[in-house]
Amino acid sequence: MDILVFAEQRDGKLKKTAYEAVSVGCSIADESKGKLTAVIVGANKRNLAKELGKFGASNILVADDERLGKFVPSAYSRVVSSIIKNQNPDVVLFPFSSMGKDLMPSVAARLGVSAASDCTKVEISDGEIICHRPVYSGKAVAKISFSNKPAVISLRPNTFSITEKPVSTNITELEIELSPNDFLTIIKEIVSAESKRPDLTEADIIVAGGRGMGGSEKFSILEELADLLGAAVGASRSAVDAGWRPQKDQVGQTGQTVSPDLYIACGISGAIQHIAGISSAKYIVAINNDTEAPIFKVADYGIVGDLFEVVPAMIGELKNVP
Amino acid sequence: MNIVVCVKNVPDSETRIKILSDGVSIDESMIKFDTNPHDEYALEAAAQLKEKLGGEVTAICLGDDNVTSTIKRCLACGADNAIHLVAQNSRMADSLVVAQALADEIKNISFDIILCGKQVSDTDSHQVGGLIAQILDVPCISMVNEISVSDKNVTASRDVEGAKEILECSLPCVLTAEKGLNKPRYPSLRDIMKAKKKEIKRKEIMLNQGGIEILSMEYPPPRNAGKIVGEGPEAVSELIKLLKEEAKVL
Ligand SMILES: Cc1cc2nc3c(=O)[nH]c(=O)nc-3n(C[C@H](O)[C@H](O)[C@H](O)COP(=O)(O)OP(=O)(O)OC[C@H]3O[C@@H](n4cnc5c(N)ncnc54)[C@H](O)[C@@H]3O)c2cc1C
Ligand SMILES: Nc1ncnc2c1ncn2[C@@H]1O[C@H](COP(=O)(O)O)[C@@H](O)[C@H]1O
Repeated sequence: MDILVFAEQRDGKLKKTAYEAVSVGCSIADESKGKLTAVIVGANKRNLAKELGKFGASNILVADDERLGKFVPSAYSRVVSSIIKNQNPDVVLFPFSSMGKDLMPSVAARLGVSAASDCTKVEISDGEIICHRPVYSGKAVAKISFSNKPAVISLRPNTFSITEKPVSTNITELEIELSPNDFLTIIKEIVSAESKRPDLTEADIIVAGGRGMGGSEKFSILEELADLLGAAVGASRSAVDAGWRPQKDQVGQTGQTVSPDLYIACGISGAIQHIAGISSAKYIVAINNDTEAPIFKVADYGIVGDLFEVVPAMIGELKNVP
Repeated sequence: MNIVVCVKNVPDSETRIKILSDGVSIDESMIKFDTNPHDEYALEAAAQLKEKLGGEVTAICLGDDNVTSTIKRCLACGADNAIHLVAQNSRMADSLVVAQALADEIKNISFDIILCGKQVSDTDSHQVGGLIAQILDVPCISMVNEISVSDKNVTASRDVEGAKEILECSLPCVLTAEKGLNKPRYPSLRDIMKAKKKEIKRKEIMLNQGGIEILSMEYPPPRNAGKIVGEGPEAVSELIKLLKEEAKVL
């Protein structure tokens, strides 16, 4: 099976999702004895191509154009769909990141094919590509197959492992044609987040607080713990709706779905809609003063107690360790 | 300003899902349905834009007869009229098929803005808004948390990984709503009464097959309760040790 991977870059850096997608693509291509092609779109991004060679991408196509320096959904979609038409792969992989969420439907519509989003597993069975995707807010998992070609798939971030496999790279720069019609949407402004903490969907560790925090200023202890761990700070809907944290920090069914290695829930009861967002976390720790809190039913480790005593003790313990 | 808002009804967020013995669908008989959460933000945005700029709001719902309560809610919360595309067994239909059916209907309406939710909570697909835009060949700004409409343009902002983006496009366009865009209203009794007089256009449709087949539906692997390490700050050393040595995540 020939696989084409959209390797996401932002601000001149390949995203973790790019390595994840290339790793998945490489393993399917190897198993089915097909070819793997990675596509990088941007301005002056030729230098990134070699990076992908460490993860098994031998064929790399670079669509390089000054006008593609920032992610303009319609222009990227035009470029990526014409590359796909040209390459005619069996499978196309996108990340289910904000860029992929824009790009994939638009590309799929241009190709006239159905696409599967937010997949957590991709495998080959009897020569066919099969994807697993959580549905009903993660309360069920659908196994699906495709009857149209290419099979267009987006991958849940932070869920697929990155495997090193150095290969020599064959980098091709593409001539691209763009018309004013490809710039229907324009970017007026990009304001970088002030915080240096990782994004929720990309973080290895998340420290999250709920109504038990009791106020916005109280989150400073979670921020301190997060910074010691290189973690992101998340919040329950109650904490967001109370105005203690911005909407982008919300974890759960109507917030972000996250898949960190470690999720530390502080003063969060564990409502079904919150759990919906963390069910693909590898480990969950709960700190809650109510033994009956439902969060303990899904937590790998729990501490029953006042978070205002437990969290500072964690900070102390971590600071002591060299 | 003519606005079309696409709304789906979905199993209520508290619902437990029971997979039927056919292994590919769920038991809908015991389920309470509700408006898809993100569509409430889309509907509220439509209502607010109409209040500010005038015009008409048309709500469009594709689904079986279960959607009636959702349609009534739309009509009570700011929609002037509604279209019910009646399709049986469409809950898990693939996004392209749904988007094509919605776009085929919307084509007949003169619209300035199509508002969708960013995602529905049953298919969890996050595709339909973007697909409709591409099918109708109009621009799309997705996951918006702020909208301002001027003469012929829309400016909208959204959060992406590590940044806030402010985007602009010309009308007509598609916008998909993120939570936080607004606070959806509760309809007053008067609004509910008035809604009863509003028109619901019913149209039976047949959906195409689509390019994706659900082979099976399974429960996710259960997350079992782990261990309570202890009580209070005394348990912290042990927790950190377990995270380092057993889970190996620190
Ligand atoms: C359609 C819909 C969508 C929703 N989407 C989401 C979503 O995306 N994300 C989400 O989070 N919720 C969502 N919710 C809301 C959800 O149902 C809960 O209301 C919410 O998750 C509760 O937040 P919480 O756990 O912070 O608050 P609570 O349920 O009030 O829990 C607070 C917890 O803190 C503990 N506590 C208090 N003080 C302390 C202390 N000093 N030390 C230790 N523990 C303490 C308490 O024992 C309690 O368990 C949604 C609801 C609906 C209807
Ligand atoms: N059956 C439907 N009827 C009306 N609108 C829908 C339907 N399915 C999806 N939509 C719209 O498309 C958005 C995104 O849906 P999805 O891509 O399925 O996650 C929803 O929030 C709705 O606004």
